[in-house]
Amino acid sequence: MIAYTEKIRETAQRLLKQCQVEMVIGFRAGSMPMMNEPCFIRKPEDAGQLVWDSNCGINLANYLTDRKEGKIGIVAKGCDSRNIVTHILENKIKREQLVIIGVPCQGMIDKRRITRKAPGEILEVIEADGQVTVKTATDAQTYAKADVMQSNCMVCKHRNPVVHDEMVADPVPEQTDVDPYEDVKAIEAMTSEEKWKYFDELLAPCIRCYACRNACPLCYCPTCFVDEAKPQWMGKSQDPMDVRTFHFLRAYHCAGRCTDCGACERACPVGINMRTLTKKLNKDCLDLYGWEAGLSLDSRPALDIYNPNDPNEFIK
Amino acid sequence: MKVIKIDKTEWTKGLDALRGDYRLFGPVKEKEYCNFKELAKGESPELDMPNTRLSPKSLVFPQSEAMMAYSLAPGEDQNICKEVPKDYSPRAILGIRPCDAKAMVLVHMNFDNGDYQDPYWLNLYNASTFVGQACDKPCGTCFCTSAGSGPYNEQGLDVLLSDQGDHYLAKVLTEKGQKLMAAAGWKSEADGQALAGKKTAAETAITSQVSTDRLKSLDTMELHGADFWEDISFSCINCGTCTFVCPTCWCFDIQDEVYGKRGVRTRNWDSCMFPIFSVHTTGHNPRGTKLQRLRQRFMHKLKYFVDKYDQGIMCVGCGRCVQQCPVNIDIRKVCETMNSLDSEKFCAVQQGK
Amino acid sequence: MENPYLPYPVRIDDIIVESEDRNLKTFKFVFLNPEDEKKFAYRAGQFAELSIAGKGEIPIGIASSPVEKGFIKFTVNKAGVVTSHLHNMQVGDVMGVRGPLGNSYPWNMLEGKNVLIVGGGFAFTTLRSSIIYMLDPANRPKFGDISVVYGARNPGMLLYKDELVEWEKRDDIHMHITVDGTDDPDWKYNVGFVPPITEQKAPQGDENSFAIVCGPPIMIKFTQPVLEKLGYDHDHIILSLENRMKCGIGMCGRCGIGRELVCKDGPVFTLKQINQTPREY
Repeated sequence: MIAYTEKIRETAQRLLKQCQVEMVIGFRAGSMPMMNEPCFIRKPEDAGQLVWDSNCGINLANYLTDRKEGKIGIVAKGCDSRNIVTHILENKIKREQLVIIGVPCQGMIDKRRITRKAPGEILEVIEADGQVTVKTATDAQTYAKADVMQSNCMVCKHRNPVVHDEMVADPVPEQTDVDPYEDVKAIEAMTSEEKWKYFDELLAPCIRCYACRNACPLCYCPTCFVDEAKPQWMGKSQDPMDVRTFHFLRAYHCAGRCTDCGACERACPVGINMRTLTKKLNKDCLDLYGWEAGLSLDSRPALDIYNPNDPNEFIK
Repeated sequence: MKVIKIDKTEWTKGLDALRGDYRLFGPVKEKEYCNFKELAKGESPELDMPNTRLSPKSLVFPQSEAMMAYSLAPGEDQNICKEVPKDYSPRAILGIRPCDAKAMVLVHMNFDNGDYQDPYWLNLYNASTFVGQACDKPCGTCFCTSAGSGPYNEQGLDVLLSDQGDHYLAKVLTEKGQKLMAAAGWKSEADGQALAGKKTAAETAITSQVSTDRLKSLDTMELHGADFWEDISFSCINCGTCTFVCPTCWCFDIQDEVYGKRGVRTRNWDSCMFPIFSVHTTGHNPRGTKLQRLRQRFMHKLKYFVDKYDQGIMCVGCGRCVQQCPVNIDIRKVCETMNSLDSEKFCAVQQGK
Repeated sequence: MENPYLPYPVRIDDIIVESEDRNLKTFKFVFLNPEDEKKFAYRAGQFAELSIAGKGEIPIGIASSPVEKGFIKFTVNKAGVVTSHLHNMQVGDVMGVRGPLGNSYPWNMLEGKNVLIVGGGFAFTTLRSSIIYMLDPANRPKFGDISVVYGARNPGMLLYKDELVEWEKRDDIHMHITVDGTDDPDWKYNVGFVPPITEQKAPQGDENSFAIVCGPPIMIKFTQPVLEKLGYDHDHIILSLENRMKCGIGMCGRCGIGRELVCKDGPVFTLKQINQTPREY
């Protein structure tokens, strides 16, 4: 992954120097362990700012919607590239505006998982050769990267960018022996009471900060349904009914569009695993329509079109 | 000022004695983080932790609070707002850090602004006795000493506890604090000599320093029109996390929630980061872009507040926003950038604005 | 502790439709509790939050004048959730009023001075309050020359038409009523936008003269250079700003521009003060 940094810098510098793009969107080093900050550069000499490592979990496609620049370079891993495809299909950006610098991804580190394991304040996290070393003031622990990845990365089947103009490395082998919907199946198997309790506890800490919605590249409505006043659809307090309405309805708005990038969970300040909801809807789309979001620029999304042999048991 | 020694073996007994007169609140571990909650019978506050995830501001300023209720059914009281019953019985806030206590002092200036007083916030604040805990092990993201506070700062506290291993040294700072100590039965006076040394050690342990010295003298319009805002605001996703975890952020929204024929007027936390925060009924939005909103937040905290109240910046250096911003926007970096604005370089451009 | 969020209950005593498109109505409120009226002692230029239980609150300038006793009046434009609901209410309905809020026009500073009032559209409400205050026999001697330029899009959109006619007849106030355009052959007054009519008819400015300007942003934008040409200094031009508000008492933080809060430090500011703050309103 570290070798990618050099290639990204070199590519960005070349694209800017040759005026092929007006800006490049990527990451620069953060001020905290396990954090990087999304940034943009306009001058070739700033390319040295760009970095890439396993802390680039934020989805950069979030910064593309409705951009007016004629040519934008963007660093995209597998899930990001699928969101870019979705943006193009939904007319939020044009393919011609983009120069996609594809990054074959081998998974992002889960900041929360590591913080849970560490005995004190984490001062430094170093990754090398598939091992992650976590240093606190009193000790240093090393973990296999595979054990401390984000949960969506652990079951990811689309690690390589599906669309790109440049690639910073050769494609990596896709994982085949993982079941992305194992956790969803576990919930599906619960009884009604168990499900009620599960979702009640899941959403109880929500403080209605909307970080999940804002981090999601799919949530680009000029006025979100929770902010509408004429008419006002729901309340703004922490009434459990309103909290559940927000999360469930947002999941439905992302149904069949979500690429499971994990940005929502990364952004949540109180650690809610709201991907449970979107994954269930993704699974339904896969089961019902054979559809996964953002894999190709040539097919319209499942909820956009109708095929004569779509299942329609609901019409009797 | 008295200093009282509390043996850790007497701690729980004292807490139980307090329950007769006070509702107890303190940090409670939930999953992997601590947050301030009411302590159940027999529950002790979690004092050995870096700091809570969400700030204790929710103890005097709940995320969602009913202000008044009304009936919409035809009758004598139709459409008339009436106050709702509240519990302002005495409460003891245990284990609050000096940074968060100072934050309450800053926020107090907003809710008691000379012309008006907010009864909801003030009644909860006045009913609370703050038993603070000094920080001997500050985090790498703490910069309280640069923000007018410190690990042993006493502003806003009624009692300051310092952990000495097998006992606490409690510095009693106010009459309210004295009353609480008496109610708990903690009365063995002690020599407070050790405190000075611990204070210095704790302050030295703070590694993060931020310069704020030029903020007051810099020109508001120059800062507002500076060219670094585009770079700083690019990554912001306007999620509101920073404002929600910040102990000095106080913006709120007032909403009428209706259930059939009766309703409640509630106040909820709001955030200047949200796009609809400043939108007018006509649709005009003075801060319609992300850059304008992000700039507003930092200008408010680091410039407008400084000018308006002359009490330093509207930040106590607790570091929560730095730890939790999903895109790692660091207020320390922004403050340094603002503080080091080169006025001379700016002058030539200003005329065009 | 007094609760500044609790509205005083009022009853709608009268509703007058002011404009021919029926979007502007003047509501006359009477306090249910007489002591509340005493607590509501206000000055011209202040506003109040009109509170409708179940819907919300709106900040509206007080149109009645402190010298008018027994009631308060507000002229409200139908624009959003609360105003639409208010427009559908009937005489006799109960709702709430919170106030008075804001800092009013600087009457202390204006005493002994000449006052030019420039108003446009339905922003004229607090200016009505000011004019009635100044024309009251107890107050008229305190002021020098009073001139008013008031314009609307067409005659049907002018507010307080009967009162405008009455004031026009008086000789202790110079009224210059104007409309942007009209096809009414009997229109007696001016035709033209407010800024050029101000330039033609308003008196010169000097250190004894103040201009109070209240209207839509576009009118203010084009009136400002006219006033400067006439000799009004920036700290002699007084504006009343609008912004999104909720609490009205300087606590919820949303109406802030720079270090000022429009609801508490304003809504009345001099142009000089406004030039020193970011234009985020």
